[in-house]
Amino acid sequence: MTKRKLVLVGNGMAGIRCLEEILNIDPERFDITVFGSEPHPNYNRIMLSSVLQGDTTVDDIVLNSYEWYAENNIQLYTGETVEKIDKDTKQVFTDKGRSVPYDDLILATGSHPFMLPLPGADKDGVIAFRNIEDCETMIDTSKKYERAVVIGGGLLGLEAARGLLNLGMEVDVVHILDYLMERQLDPTASAMLQEELEKQGMNFLMNHHTEAILGKKRVEKVTFKGGKVVKADLVVMAVGIKPNVDVAKASDIETNRGIIVDDYMQTSAPDIYSLGECAEHREMVYGLVAPLWEQAKVLAKQICGVDAENGYQGSILSTKLKVSGVDVFSAGEFNDSQNNKAIRIQDEFEGIYKKVVVRDNRIVGSVLFGDTTEGTKLLNMINNETDISEIGKVNILQSVDQSESIVIDMDDSEIICGCNGVSKGDIVSAIKENGLASIAEVRDCTNASRSCGTCKGLVGDLLEHTLGDEFEVGTEKETVCACTTLTHEEVVAEIRDKGLSHTREVMNVLGWSTPEGCSKCRPAINYYLGMVHPTDYEDEQESRFVNERMHANIQNNGTYSVVPRMYGGVTNAKDLRKIADVADKYNVPLLKVTGGQRIDLLGIKKEDLPSVWADLDMPSGYAYGKTIRTVKTCVGENFCRFGTQDSIGLGIEIEKKFERLNTPHKVKMGVSACPRNCAESGIKDVGIVGVDGAWEIYVGGNGGTDLRAGDLLCRVKTSEEVLEMIAAYLQLYRENARYLERTSHWLERVGLDHVKSVLLEDQDMKEQLVSRMDITLSAIPGDPWKKFIESEKDKEELFQSKALEVTKS
Amino acid sequence: MNEMKEGQRVKVAHLDELPIQIGKEVIIDNHHIALFRLTSGNVKAIENKCPHKQGPLAQGIVSGEHVFCPLHDWKIDVTTGEVQKPDDGCVKTYPVEVVDNIVFIVI
Ligand code: SRM
Ligand SMILES: Cc1cc2nc3c(=O)[nH]c(=O)nc-3n(C[C@H](O)[C@H](O)[C@H](O)COP(=O)(O)OP(=O)(O)OC[C@H]3O[C@@H](n4cnc5c(N)ncnc54)[C@H](O)[C@@H]3O)c2cc1C
Ligand code: SF4
Ligand code: FES
Repeated sequence: MTKRKLVLVGNGMAGIRCLEEILNIDPERFDITVFGSEPHPNYNRIMLSSVLQGDTTVDDIVLNSYEWYAENNIQLYTGETVEKIDKDTKQVFTDKGRSVPYDDLILATGSHPFMLPLPGADKDGVIAFRNIEDCETMIDTSKKYERAVVIGGGLLGLEAARGLLNLGMEVDVVHILDYLMERQLDPTASAMLQEELEKQGMNFLMNHHTEAILGKKRVEKVTFKGGKVVKADLVVMAVGIKPNVDVAKASDIETNRGIIVDDYMQTSAPDIYSLGECAEHREMVYGLVAPLWEQAKVLAKQICGVDAENGYQGSILSTKLKVSGVDVFSAGEFNDSQNNKAIRIQDEFEGIYKKVVVRDNRIVGSVLFGDTTEGTKLLNMINNETDISEIGKVNILQSVDQSESIVIDMDDSEIICGCNGVSKGDIVSAIKENGLASIAEVRDCTNASRSCGTCKGLVGDLLEHTLGDEFEVGTEKETVCACTTLTHEEVVAEIRDKGLSHTREVMNVLGWSTPEGCSKCRPAINYYLGMVHPTDYEDEQESRFVNERMHANIQNNGTYSVVPRMYGGVTNAKDLRKIADVADKYNVPLLKVTGGQRIDLLGIKKEDLPSVWADLDMPSGYAYGKTIRTVKTCVGENFCRFGTQDSIGLGIEIEKKFERLNTPHKVKMGVSACPRNCAESGIKDVGIVGVDGAWEIYVGGNGGTDLRAGDLLCRVKTSEEVLEMIAAYLQLYRENARYLERTSHWLERVGLDHVKSVLLEDQDMKEQLVSRMDITLSAIPGDPWKKFIESEKDKEELFQSKALEVTKS
Repeated sequence: MNEMKEGQRVKVAHLDELPIQIGKEVIIDNHHIALFRLTSGNVKAIENKCPHKQGPLAQGIVSGEHVFCPLHDWKIDVTTGEVQKPDDGCVKTYPVEVVDNIVFIVI
């Protein structure tokens, strides 16, 4: 039997999703051909906002790679547009002069962005925000130009504006009404949103009617009714979309706003179907992805001759703004009216606003601002028309949290993650089959919660429901990685109890699901073993990340950087000369002073590393390690007119004492000789500040991703006491923190009071910590660079590539 | 440079030169290859170039039948060259033969 020929017009989210559903039902049924105007395989359009905001890249948002099409024997024509359909002879014609016959045809042509017909709208630099090209244009423009005007204060406009801000442009958002996102928000939420976005640096021109776009070839200015003029190098129009009905119209298929379809996604023409943004179902056209998943399922069944039951019944939509730092959710009928009553919570301190609109004891809509955790649950209650008369009205917002989760009653086919179309069944089977135990693992495995994140709560509920007692509510059990169900603490306890001494032994005895672990657990176990057995354990090179194995920092192009030690940031002419000579000899592409008070030689070839180290003849600065990094110092009493103490001397002493010590994460220290704090001791893992006759010790500071000021641990008189307190503190951290937990996060978790009670109130415990630190320090191996230089075997194994030439034989 | 012939067997190393679970970069003409000796004893060869952003796979952490790219931690099957979910892609693989502890790659 020959296969039926299926042609899909539109290589976007709806069309391809439908093909996936069809292939699931019956992979052998069709010979499939796909046409797409864009020169790309199918990608996740909603993630363009994240690409623009710099959170991900174009490569990462591809949903179906070219290999996917090949593997499924799908003939794909990209960069080719279908212009007309001949319904009688059943074939499609493209702009490249190709014609292809079909037995069944699917139209999934999406939307056109709506471009305001303003004078000057055809100038260079006036674009929409719809596809990869638009995104790339904005990124390129931001490199050359400064001012952007976004027309439209809806979802898309605000996401574009946030992206342009991130790209370093100045952004005006023009909106025709008095309040933003009027289709999703009520005036209260809208005002809160505007205030928040203004804080982020967006400038709003509310109640402005754009009149014209001026400029020679390229846009230079935008003018408004009433005479106002603003400068613009780029104009992004985000005022709406209109269903793309071009082919349908040209081929006499019935259209209204969209291509008219029935409950089985069938158009007016035989064997021609439509879905996605171009389709109009019961006078509704949708501009969001959630309806696609349902439409795709129905159409796949219909086209494969499987009973599609009641077909597609329409969708209630929710939306979420994908702008970092702003949580906005909206669904259903959220505006007040005569028949509706609303429950409101507004917390002006925390910037939280929640509104739930109720009619006849059913929730019909909701707006959430500042805290959107209940979003998906509310949406579900709206969809299921849950009777809330039993739940005290005022408690709805709290009680949805506590009541039995709605996921339990959901059908396996119901969608949990609207952005990526992941159903309850998909998630549950992924949890079971792959032994997933955290929301992050579910995200990595199924994509659920990857895009807007609203469904995280439900994913958590599903984990809890599926794993039962193994999963603890709220405080989700954080296992070391997907290879085990044990937490960091449990692994360390087992190593101690059972006297385990080797990574493979740990994995074996503790029932790892993978024989040799992964890139997350191996380095962690290696660290724990070294911490528990400081004198006996032999560090495992093969369980170290590349940087720590090579003792240099890998760069994006596979070369390495080299940072020699410069104790306390102090150097001398001899060392500087050596660095200069090495830079000349090896043509080092970049010499840079680091933020850690020393010099970085960047761009060194792997093969050259051992000889660079030999020529430098300086110890490694460990700029790559989970270990002591730098001890920054200020000038101090010997030169500075304010200095009260010898900060340089103490800094050098600290660095020499603790260098090469393995720690759960990197440790940075600083010593300043007065509270002016020129060595930034306030944002160091351990920061020392000299005051008259004493040293203050600050802990838990961090200048990185989560900025945190250090807390004063104590004040001591002498530098010996400083060294001793640091030893005790770092040993406590080494023994109790999870691998890859910085001191700042660890301190937040266990609390300053706990640390104080051990170090300041329990003299015995403190002394034991110090003595365990001393044992550890006494067993630290020598400088790694030196070791490499001296070992031909290491040099050969780790640093040399083999280059061979092949001769004709 | 000499022209290569398809399907040629090239002697690349003695087994003892390859530490277990630590990759080795081998360059044969213009093929950049990451060679791995696994704990199982098998030796595998794949293109030394991560499909994500060209990370040098020979420097990754090797676990079981997989290598984790040193740059952004993509997980790649060293036998099939397939990138593991949720990422996508695949790298070229090269047949390896080990005869009398001598490792050959077929290119
Ligand atoms: C070289 C240097 C930048 C510079 O040119 O100044 C640098 C370079 C890198 N930093 Fe840094 N950091 C450098 C000072 C800092 C500082 C400032 C400081 O130390 O005073 C900070 C903030 C302070 C802090 O950590 O509290 C800093 C916060 C980070 C973070 C965020 C850590 C955090 O806990 O939030 C990372 C990411 C990580 O470690 O996971 C990071 C990671 C990196 C890595 C290693 C990225 C990586 O994993 O490959 C960078 C290597 C670049 C390369 O291609 O070689 N770097 N990094 C600085 C080296 C200092 C040194 O002499 O050792
Ligand atoms: C920046 C941005 C952010 C978004 N964020 C969200 C969000 O957070 N949540 C949400 O639910 N939705 C969001 N959306 C909307 C969502 O992306 C769309 O609803 C979804 O992509 C619609 O899928 P579709 O297949 O109908 O159309 P598309 O994905 O647009 O696919 C249609 C494809 O068909 C091609 N085509 C059209 N005509 C032809 C022809 N004649 N021949 C060949 N090919 C043709 C088009 O070039 C296009 O590639 C966002 C959209 C954008 C642009
Ligand atoms: S801030 Fe640090 S990690 Fe980020 S790019 Fe600069 S050097 Fe790299
Ligand atoms: S280059 Fe390999 S994971 Fe990014």
